[in-house]
Amino acid sequence: MSGYTEGIIILLCINAIAAMGVSLLTGFTGIFSLGHAGYMAVGAYTTAILTVEYGVHYVPAILLGGAMAMVVAYVIGVPTLKLMGDYYAIASIGLGEAIRLILENWQSVTRGARGYPGIEGYTTLYVTLAFFAVMAFGMFNLIHSRFGRAFKACRDDYIAASLLGFNTARYRVLSLVISAFYCGVAGALLGGFLSFIQPIMFDMIKSTELTSVVVFGGLGSMSGTLIGASVITLVTELFRPISQYRMLIYGAILVIIMVLRPEGIMGQYELGPRLFRRLKDKFSSQKREPGEGRSSS
Amino acid sequence: MTAIPQDTVLELENINKFFGGVHAVRDMSFNIRKGELAGLIGPNGAGKTTIFNLITGVYSPDNGYISFLGEDITNLKSFQVIRKGIARTFQNLRLFQRSSALENVMVAMQQHHRYSFLEGISHFGRWNRVEREVKQRSMDILDRVGLVERAHQAAGTLPYGMQRRLEIGRALALEPEFLLLDEPAAGMNPEEVFELNDLIQGIHEDFMLTILVIEHHMDVIMQICPHIICMNFGARIAEGDPDYIQGHPEVLKAYLGEEVEEE
Repeated sequence: MSGYTEGIIILLCINAIAAMGVSLLTGFTGIFSLGHAGYMAVGAYTTAILTVEYGVHYVPAILLGGAMAMVVAYVIGVPTLKLMGDYYAIASIGLGEAIRLILENWQSVTRGARGYPGIEGYTTLYVTLAFFAVMAFGMFNLIHSRFGRAFKACRDDYIAASLLGFNTARYRVLSLVISAFYCGVAGALLGGFLSFIQPIMFDMIKSTELTSVVVFGGLGSMSGTLIGASVITLVTELFRPISQYRMLIYGAILVIIMVLRPEGIMGQYELGPRLFRRLKDKFSSQKREPGEGRSSS
Repeated sequence: MTAIPQDTVLELENINKFFGGVHAVRDMSFNIRKGELAGLIGPNGAGKTTIFNLITGVYSPDNGYISFLGEDITNLKSFQVIRKGIARTFQNLRLFQRSSALENVMVAMQQHHRYSFLEGISHFGRWNRVEREVKQRSMDILDRVGLVERAHQAAGTLPYGMQRRLEIGRALALEPEFLLLDEPAAGMNPEEVFELNDLIQGIHEDFMLTILVIEHHMDVIMQICPHIICMNFGARIAEGDPDYIQGHPEVLKAYLGEEVEEE
């Protein structure tokens, strides 16, 4: 396999890990975030500093990078997620930018805006695939557990959820903290892949890209998120030779999908046997009894 | 304070609630005893749903005292009240519309069937057994409310009467000791109301529940509730058995309007 193909696969896995994190928060818990690149930055810098300055092995360093992102998310999440509605989306913009500016100005630790060079190239193909496989396994399991149902309940109707005994604020924070872990690990892997990180790589454009990947794939569909991440990564990479038109194509694809399918590629459904059963039922019931299944009040 | 009987489940004492200048609930006091099927009636805007919201912690009262099984629940948050063993339904249905009927029940049923976060992300350990149990018991509940054939249909696409029954099923899945039903018959046709009465009386006996029903259809309440509390303008105007309530002048006045006395 050529180095270029390998590079694309690595990048694809990294983007997919970060997108799964955002998908849990936005798609399954209903909290929009425009600052998740900030958590990637926290993970990337923590891991870079741990491996370069302290000689920590990369595996614990990556996990600690994710853990640091969780800590930051918890500290920020507890006060902001008490608020219902879209307040977190607004707060997250400031938050992502604040993290970036701290990294840019904390010269003694982060080496400022010039970036952090000389990171060990630990992000090999197999390391990335292993991280992706384990984290995807965990995420798909999570959404098919009592926690997944609880997140969806908080998303769909938080009053009903709290009157079914869910501490909704706690579940919102839990979802944020898990998503921050995924983004932190993705950031750490990105650092090892590029051997060099810079605060500007984790700006609002990156955050917006993560959220648009999730909306593009379908809110409330984890497999949709993976498809979305693949499509967006491939588009941005395959059209690199015609780089001046790259963003144009990227933008056009987003617009086309949102016009033709506002619910995203997968809607809220997962790729799997249940989707096919549902499609089959839909077609056969449309033939038999067209009025059935509509709500009548 | 008068002595409270040992078997009191819910006690409200001098509850007051203001919304701005509106005195929505005034000096409301009543007791519900264990195993009762009680009714709360009153004209539109009398404050019935506000009472439910005060009990379940959606609002907190401006003054007064609410206790459940002898414990003070006046200022608890909703989820804490629910965890004490109270469940409720809503006047305007609050189902998770996009989820299937089964998932709607499972999300309530899982409160009593837990496993750790690690088991959740790995699907090792208790996950398999607990999930199967939750699913099985949720299907039993759906069977009880007559929705087992619709288990995999999205809740929002069910006919209205079925959505009402699903909400009762979801509340039952919390395995409560005390069930609050907020206008379960609203928007139902007479045949559905008849089935609903059957269902309410059935679950009252089978699950040995204490139930408080809000309804402003007098006929529903008169048929199934031996203990009725009638309120108007936020205050209790009468309390007693159906015959007493039906003959009470204040109740008649609230429902039929005041007769103009000719001198």
